[in-house]
Amino acid sequence: MGVIEELERGQLREDIPEFKAGDTLRVHFKVVEGSRERIQVFQGFCIRKQGHGFRETFTVRKQSFGVGVERTFPLHSPKIDKIEVVAIGDVARAKLYYLREKLGKKAKVKEKRV
Amino acid sequence: MKTLLGTKLGMTQIFKEDGTVVRCTVIQAGPCVVTQKKTVEKDGYAATQIGYGEVKPKRLNKPLLGHFKKAGVSPKRHLIEVRGEHDLNVGDTVTVDVFNVGDRVKVTGVSKGKGFQGVMKRHGFGGGPGYHGAHFHRAPGSIGASADPSRVFPGSRLPGHMGNVRVTQTGLTVVATDPDKNLVLVKGAVPGSRGSLVVIRG
Repeated sequence: MGVIEELERGQLREDIPEFKAGDTLRVHFKVVEGSRERIQVFQGFCIRKQGHGFRETFTVRKQSFGVGVERTFPLHSPKIDKIEVVAIGDVARAKLYYLREKLGKKAKVKEKRV
Repeated sequence: MKTLLGTKLGMTQIFKEDGTVVRCTVIQAGPCVVTQKKTVEKDGYAATQIGYGEVKPKRLNKPLLGHFKKAGVSPKRHLIEVRGEHDLNVGDTVTVDVFNVGDRVKVTGVSKGKGFQGVMKRHGFGGGPGYHGAHFHRAPGSIGASADPSRVFPGSRLPGHMGNVRVTQTGLTVVATDPDKNLVLVKGAVPGSRGSLVVIRG
């Protein structure tokens, strides 16, 4: 199995900050429109991190015009320009699926006091 | 000659230049050595025989050892014949260089054995309702008419042994090659378990 691990290790990104579910993230994502490329920012709560190693993905949820929007990104995708951790959340679980049923103020994550 | 023998190592995913993910199978392919050239004059048809994988000489019988000695190569575990005329001589090595990124290839292997299976798994039958008092669940149903013909037609899809047969997956694309490590990455899945022998053909 060593060969496959080596292949995957070669593609790992080292510039990814450490974060966990509940943190508020700003994901700078490269979008290609026709021939030119621009960077789109997606800001929201990280509601899950899934998988490990090279195949790890994370999901960011935000409210857009009153509608919940979730996007799942591969953590090591070259399309991610950078990830900013805006705030560290104070949560008691690893998967914040309960946020999907909450509305308004209840659909928020408490910020951790450092 | 775009043919290589290899070992399926397993599956992974890689990012393309545009950032999209490709699921691919990693195959340790070659190097293969030409062990025999067959010609129309001598054998009645033209072909090239290639060998892959080392094997201890004591595991082979004398006729096979003589065959490798005649070719001047070390004993190989697997041999296959590729029909047609090729610009190769006995003793030449075929490596992953024969494949380029983007090539369409076929991969042949022996599929994973699944034992004795029913018609739903083996032939994709629909089966019956699982509840509401039904007594017809996973059975094949009717397998033919009555007194005429009074027999089951050959080839009827019935339960039986599934898998462990030679399967060729066509229309696969070469995603990447690594000449140093003798690796070929093919988009999609190929037949067989990890560590099983596969043949890649262009």
